[in-house]
Amino acid sequence: MSDVIRLDVMKTYKLFVGGKFPRSESGRVYEVSDSKGQWLANAPLGTRKDTRDAVLAARAAVKGWAGTTAYNRGQVLYRIAEMLQGRREQFAAEVAAAEGIGAKKAATLVDQAIDRWVWYAGWTDKVAQIAGGANPVAGPYFNLSVPEPTGVVGIVAPQAGYGHSFLGLVSVIAPVIATGNTAVVAVAADAPLPALSLGEVLATSDLPGGVVNLLSGRTADIAPTLASHQDVNALDLAGAIAHEGPGAATVLEASAADTLKRVLWPAVDPAAQDWTVAPGTERLLSFVETKTVWHPMGQ
Amino acid sequence: MSTVAANAPGAAGGGLSDVAASEASLRRFLHGLPGVDAVGLEARAATLGTRSIKTSAKAYAIDLAISMIDLTTLEGADTVGKVRALCAKGRHPDPGDPGTPQVAAICVYPDMVATAKAALAGTPIQVASVATAFPAGRAALPVKLADTADAVAAGADEIDMVIDRGAFLSGRYMDVFAEIVAVKQACLRADGTSAHLKVIFETGELQTYDNVRRASWLAMLAGADFIKTSTGKVAVNATPPVTLLMLEAVRDFRAQTGVQIGVKPAGGIKTTKDAMKYLVMVNETLGDDWLSGHWFRFGASSLLNDLLMQRQKLTTGRYSGPDYVTVD
Repeated sequence: MSDVIRLDVMKTYKLFVGGKFPRSESGRVYEVSDSKGQWLANAPLGTRKDTRDAVLAARAAVKGWAGTTAYNRGQVLYRIAEMLQGRREQFAAEVAAAEGIGAKKAATLVDQAIDRWVWYAGWTDKVAQIAGGANPVAGPYFNLSVPEPTGVVGIVAPQAGYGHSFLGLVSVIAPVIATGNTAVVAVAADAPLPALSLGEVLATSDLPGGVVNLLSGRTADIAPTLASHQDVNALDLAGAIAHEGPGAATVLEASAADTLKRVLWPAVDPAAQDWTVAPGTERLLSFVETKTVWHPMGQ
Repeated sequence: MSTVAANAPGAAGGGLSDVAASEASLRRFLHGLPGVDAVGLEARAATLGTRSIKTSAKAYAIDLAISMIDLTTLEGADTVGKVRALCAKGRHPDPGDPGTPQVAAICVYPDMVATAKAALAGTPIQVASVATAFPAGRAALPVKLADTADAVAAGADEIDMVIDRGAFLSGRYMDVFAEIVAVKQACLRADGTSAHLKVIFETGELQTYDNVRRASWLAMLAGADFIKTSTGKVAVNATPPVTLLMLEAVRDFRAQTGVQIGVKPAGGIKTTKDAMKYLVMVNETLGDDWLSGHWFRFGASSLLNDLLMQRQKLTTGRYSGPDYVTVD
């Protein structure tokens, strides 16, 4: 019986929108190949309509996610790390294939990504201390500032460079959702498989549906839709090239200005950004709004 | 509109004039209606829901849908202020774009009719009032008639009555018929004109498609100007198959009697996509004659905001969001 040839069961990669795994509304896919041009899998070709659906899902999720306690959000982010740990080998293989690096380096990148979730999990209930607090005022008032989530954040995930396909992706998503925002992410167009697999982890990590939405496809379709969408509150251009073309940061920022979005600019050379270094709080504090309350003091 | 006046109770021609002569003849007629092919009906409704409508056709459909809306607030917590705000929204659905059409009507409880009437003075927008112990309809006939007369006296242009589902389901068709006739009488104004009568079946409680068909014919024979799916207060409201069935009923009724009856699906229609599916059904089943706010209405509240967001998308090219329409 041992001479029976067993066929591999190929995985159908799907989008991650609203906690579900839909195919693209267009029904189309595109071929994803590894760094040597070998075909790996077909990824769904997310469209503008998929983007709009994702924004609807993200908007619907804002109230619940922003309303959970910071402690609880930390628990969920930590749970994501736990789930990732169990699938470490799968992600290492996907990262190695996507970025053309050795298995050992890829495993290190995945470990760092897991640690990054834990790092941001710790930040969820501490960010209020560094971004808010009691303000001294010249009057009989308690004056308190607290950071609140901005809302729906559109993210152009890192598109190139060492570690971009997974560590870079986690490094831009985690800070956004740690503070209570929801995210619609245009994942790396050329290396979407680790990102699409991340959706499966997020779906089993107690993260409410719609908090993170992952779209693979042409960044030139998805990013401008996010930039001009009136129901997106902020834009993280981590993976957008600075100039030229419809997906360029300058064009996206101009389009985002129409609706007064917050925009976080990419590094001067996004491909050269080192995602392995400790991130700092810049991303965490880029997508919060400060609410200040004046409260009269009692007699 | 003259066809409406022709639909006096029992005035239906086409050999139907003696159908309601007795309980037995009414039952014989209603049970003699052909049975509904449920699978075929649902398949047809699903097929009509797959049409792709884009660009200028979509713009036309959105404006048409807005002009067909009965903008509704039927909450126990309704206030005079809320009704006024809703009327203002009905007059200018998108204050940023004066080209936006007005809605067809504002639908309120009877005690809010006078408020709505005053707020809509000088506009063609109608005031519709639910009546007859809406939404359950569990009250004695004199109470229902007083409820109706009260709304008409307060200035209601249209009355949305509920049928007695208990009587209908237990087979007392004549009771239901007589009640619709009586309410129709109560819609008469002092000057001889009459408020439009919409008859609500609460199709979610009628159990079968056959019952929906029977209720449609019963109401049309009794003099309804409009037949309406539901109150919006139960779990199952307007669905495409049920609406399609009612559209076919009014089509057949006009073919037989020459009297045109309007249709109003209500409840559960929340998105532009839903609304366009219904418009496609109307166009394919009934044609142009029904494609206006005179003959087809949407009973809805949140639908308007979605239509406005889609309208803004078409005019600006950007997807809009709920921050750019009013919170009702």
